[in-house]
Amino acid sequence: MFTAMFGSVEQGIIYAIMALGVYLTFRVLDFPDLTVDGSFVTGAATAAMMIALGYHPILATLMAIVAGFIAGCMTGLLHTKGKINPLLSGILMMIALYSINLRIMGLSAENAIVKPNIPLMNADTIFSQFQSFWSNLGVDDALENFIKNSLGFQTAPNTWGTIFVVLIITLIIKFIADWFLKTEVGLAIRATGDNKRMIRSFSANTDGLIVLGLGLSNALVAFSGALIAQYSKFADANMGIGMIVIGLASVIIGEAIFGTKTIFRTTLAVVAGAIIYRIIYAIALRIDWLDTSDMKLITAIIVVLALVIPQLVDKRREKLRKEKRRNERLDQQRELLRGGDHLA
Amino acid sequence: MLKLEGINKIFNEATPDEKIALDNINLHLAPGDFVTIIGSNGAGKSTMMNMISGALTPDFGAVTIEGNEVTKLPEYKRSQYIGRVFQDPMAGTAPSMTIEENLAIAYSRNTKRGLRKGVGRGRRDFFKTSLEKLGLGLENRFNAKVGMLSGGERQALSLLMATFTKPSILLLDEHTAALDPSRAELITRLTKQLVEEGNLTTLMVTHNMQQAIDLGNRLIMMDKGQIILSIDDAKKPTLTIPDLMSEFEKIRGEKMNSDRALLGS
Ligand SMILES: Nc1ncnc2c1ncn2[C@@H]1O[C@H](COP(=O)(O)OP(=O)(O)O)[C@@H](O)[C@H]1O
Ligand SMILES: [Mg+2]
Repeated sequence: MFTAMFGSVEQGIIYAIMALGVYLTFRVLDFPDLTVDGSFVTGAATAAMMIALGYHPILATLMAIVAGFIAGCMTGLLHTKGKINPLLSGILMMIALYSINLRIMGLSAENAIVKPNIPLMNADTIFSQFQSFWSNLGVDDALENFIKNSLGFQTAPNTWGTIFVVLIITLIIKFIADWFLKTEVGLAIRATGDNKRMIRSFSANTDGLIVLGLGLSNALVAFSGALIAQYSKFADANMGIGMIVIGLASVIIGEAIFGTKTIFRTTLAVVAGAIIYRIIYAIALRIDWLDTSDMKLITAIIVVLALVIPQLVDKRREKLRKEKRRNERLDQQRELLRGGDHLA
Repeated sequence: MLKLEGINKIFNEATPDEKIALDNINLHLAPGDFVTIIGSNGAGKSTMMNMISGALTPDFGAVTIEGNEVTKLPEYKRSQYIGRVFQDPMAGTAPSMTIEENLAIAYSRNTKRGLRKGVGRGRRDFFKTSLEKLGLGLENRFNAKVGMLSGGERQALSLLMATFTKPSILLLDEHTAALDPSRAELITRLTKQLVEEGNLTTLMVTHNMQQAIDLGNRLIMMDKGQIILSIDDAKKPTLTIPDLMSEFEKIRGEKMNSDRALLGS
């Protein structure tokens, strides 16, 4: 159980980068961007293709980020210059990326133009490179002894290197996001999502900021895709299906549990939400009568519940508040009446 | 400072709903002029303000600010020179951001936005002294989200944000109309104070005639897309509401529809 959960946490931490991207569009920019399903694969495909061609995994990952950035900017341009509605802009880009991703993966093959997947079985990845450095440190052995002897678990994860490196990467991204959202440009992007008319009256080009925000968001999504491809050692054209809903579920779960008082807290909540989502996912898979393919339905239901329940809670609260106030006023009025009796 | 020359604007041109909103508007403002604008609903006051801010572009005519023609310049570029407060207290601030973040956004109006910290230490001091001028205690609520403020407080903040970078032109479009009388009075007082301090060239639309008479050094009256009356520095100090009513009758040959809102208190 411990080891199984361990893998989920590792993946959750990687998906958290994608969730931060979704947070940037859905929450900060107030732009429901569906590009994500496509750009996640674009990141995976670009990284896998370059790694398969023998490029350094870090360079491959950087290129994946750039590719995601460009994809996001395209969605932004469709919306701002093409005047296409946000949802449709994202859907169009997502569909276009499906073909583009097949082409990107095709670049890794000599005898094909398009390719539906790239396996990376024995290829060098960011993780395999870090692993060779990590295993020399001897941390794994120490932790294994600790877990088996002191905590009494039978099995222990065979390495802590991966979780360590993904945690560092994700936390760095989180802190950069926190910092960025407080810079002058970051404030302007947030205001664009909050009150466009206001920020335009303070000489900010909202079109440019939307394009930039979508670019950055999809850069993060593609980064996450590139890491997942290297983590699971393959890229596949269909690996992004439903990604946007997973991202949204992570954002909503995190926000519901940890709150949104400050930016720092909210981004932390989003990261935690992504990890919790993966754990829920792993638990659901252990239930006998559920199939892996049911997960999309479950995710959708989680998002629907997370969207509907707060509304119901709010309504209930308001109703109670109103009732209380009404009773107060009734009491006051009765009090006045009684006062009148005395006088008479 | 500001020049409007031959501005025309027709909405829904060549359709049954055609509406001539601005009919050959000419207006010159010298630096430091404070012009109040009155006129019935639909006279074209807001449309004229939108021509200046760049939210709308004229069908023909030219807008010049500080000697630069800006007729075709998009709104976001023009707003470097222009401070604005809207009628709706919700419109001028970002509700889910804090007071200091809102001020930081306003502060970056005439600089290029970069990766500098929005609220640095030096700026925070400046924001604090600026907020103190409002006398509402907002300087002690720096990290409160603006959405939590009352309408009057938000409007006071909007006014500060519009003025503290010393814009070339300040546009106020019925910015006290949505507030209750005591709040409206507060905002009127702050407007006077901030405009005088910054010696700002200002255009203020109001439907309160008394306010239009009390504030500013010039007054114009608009009707059906035209400026029908213009009172200059010399005559403004002695102007009264009856004067305005009789002027209107003389020009239009009909009684001004003098509902209470128009007269104010
Ligand atoms: N975007 C628009 N489309 C069509 N008609 C408009 C639009 N904006 C204003 N108008 C019309 O132009 C006229 C002037 O409007 P406005 O400038 O808002 O008047 P005021 O601010 O003086 O009350 C009104 O008749 C109004 O209905
Ligand atoms: Mg108006």
